[in-house]
Amino acid sequence: MQVQSYFSSLDNLDGELATLNLGPTHPATHGIFQNVLKMDGEKIVSGEPTIGYIHRAFEKLAERRPYNQITPITDRLNYCSSPINNMGWHMTVEKLIGCKLPKRAEYMRVIIMELSRIADHLVCNAVIGVDTGALTGFTYMFQERERIYDMFEEVCGARLTTNIGRIGGMERDFTPAFHAKLKDFLKNFPARFDEFNNLLERNRIFMDRCIGAGPIAADRAMAYGFTGPNLRAAGVDYDVRIMSPYCSYEDFEFDVPVGLNGDTYDRFVVRQEEIRQSLRIIHQAYNNLPEGPYHAEVPAFYLPDKPEVYTKMEALIYHFKVVMQETPIPVGEVYHCVEGGNGELGFYLISDGGRTPYRLHFRRPCFIYYQAYPEMIRGSLLSDAILTMSSMNVIAGELDA
Amino acid sequence: MASCPGLLNIFEQGTNPAILNMYEQILASIEQQMPGTVLSSDTALDGILNLNTSREKVHSLLQFLRDDAQLQFNFLTSLCGVHYPDRTGQELGLVYHLHSWTNNTRLRIKISFPSDEPNVPTATNLWPTANWMERQEYDFFGINFVGHPDLRRILNVDDLGVFPMRKEYKLEDGTRTDKDDRFFGRDGHVGQTFETNLID
Repeated sequence: MQVQSYFSSLDNLDGELATLNLGPTHPATHGIFQNVLKMDGEKIVSGEPTIGYIHRAFEKLAERRPYNQITPITDRLNYCSSPINNMGWHMTVEKLIGCKLPKRAEYMRVIIMELSRIADHLVCNAVIGVDTGALTGFTYMFQERERIYDMFEEVCGARLTTNIGRIGGMERDFTPAFHAKLKDFLKNFPARFDEFNNLLERNRIFMDRCIGAGPIAADRAMAYGFTGPNLRAAGVDYDVRIMSPYCSYEDFEFDVPVGLNGDTYDRFVVRQEEIRQSLRIIHQAYNNLPEGPYHAEVPAFYLPDKPEVYTKMEALIYHFKVVMQETPIPVGEVYHCVEGGNGELGFYLISDGGRTPYRLHFRRPCFIYYQAYPEMIRGSLLSDAILTMSSMNVIAGELDA
Repeated sequence: MASCPGLLNIFEQGTNPAILNMYEQILASIEQQMPGTVLSSDTALDGILNLNTSREKVHSLLQFLRDDAQLQFNFLTSLCGVHYPDRTGQELGLVYHLHSWTNNTRLRIKISFPSDEPNVPTATNLWPTANWMERQEYDFFGINFVGHPDLRRILNVDDLGVFPMRKEYKLEDGTRTDKDDRFFGRDGHVGQTFETNLID
């Protein structure tokens, strides 16, 4: 590659090296990250990232919070796809307490999680467009994201930091308005998405900007702990939904797209295809949505209906126990992972029987793969480094926890 | 069906006889290559095999697990510290999560060591991804990863002065009585397991 041969002999650097402070608040970095770059003209010689600007001590906070109060913390990890984080956490607790969900609850979760994956990927790919100079697609894809948020609002009342679902299932059944909105989305989204796709995917300017920008080879990506679309763009078909199926993902048929070069263009194309595969999953889950309860019978964790609390003694007792966190918790340790918007989002929970976790560790895919960033941008142009960062979809909330 | 044919769901590991058989093979091949490395082992609630070892042997164990042609634990999923202030001489712990993508098996490696001498060999020469993971656990617990190329704080400010995830640093003030741990499954000493909960 031309870039590497350029750096194999450093003697053709002309002039002086400049230090460029990119961030922490820079409009092109889409978040609070600092990179101190050594620049030779417009080429990057080395980069040194500093992170932690929005560190909120989630792992420490979790040691002081009962299980149901940890869900809002998980909202604020990858806030572009909060429901996946919420449900990953619920499944971790369900694994600890040995709770099995009815099929309907699992299918409902799959629909919500795949909608969030679409929202997450849409924002990332639209922003890649913005950073290559194509703002139009972004404005239209944000409307699609709003439609997804409208659906979340129907299910849980919130849009961004959703706190969706409960330990033991969903907090309520899908409302008629949700059904209407989902049907409308499934009917009209593909055409609008194709329009966006046609603007960029084979666009000469876009391809010239993206192909070869910030590449990473498959073996380096694995060694750096990459997961999710960034790893798949490098050609490795690792997907948690297939390797360790959770929440009935084994019931659905979908493909895992992979790229070849692990560059910005491959990351873009892999995410585009994952959106289509997510739609496939939603179609299957929605068309086969089983009848039945939308939550498991775990009264010690799942709040009873309010009318029952007012009329039934047992419901009142359980309501009190759930709110006051007087529920016995099993002693033990569990690891659970879900395929988040950016890869394997893991929860390692150690319980000593207390009402709060003894230790809760989040495996945050962004934090793990962002350390490869200096290696990926070495020798590239500054404008390519900006593009590489947006195509890696580094979300500050997940990076800094 | 989405799941790969021939691959077992790791979260059925505890109950599936094929997986239990595989665990025995893993233990046997470690014992054959590196006798005495695994101090004890058990299967956790989530079906993942736990291996306890010492910090002197952990690096060679990780290397063996990564490079062995059969086992192929190629992926370091995560690495995290734990603090048990009541375990005198073994206050700090470190948990490695390994994943073999070829066999779809997960493994947990645990070590423990005293908090006044928290030296652990680095895994950065096995996996570059361990770099920031180790910096994070240094930042949180003060674990000194010997041989780490750049052991600095990563999420907290450089002059924080304490290792905040250690249990002696409490969140919120200690005067609240409505959250007295003694009434909620802990007898007031963090790190000690209470067998029966007070209120059932």
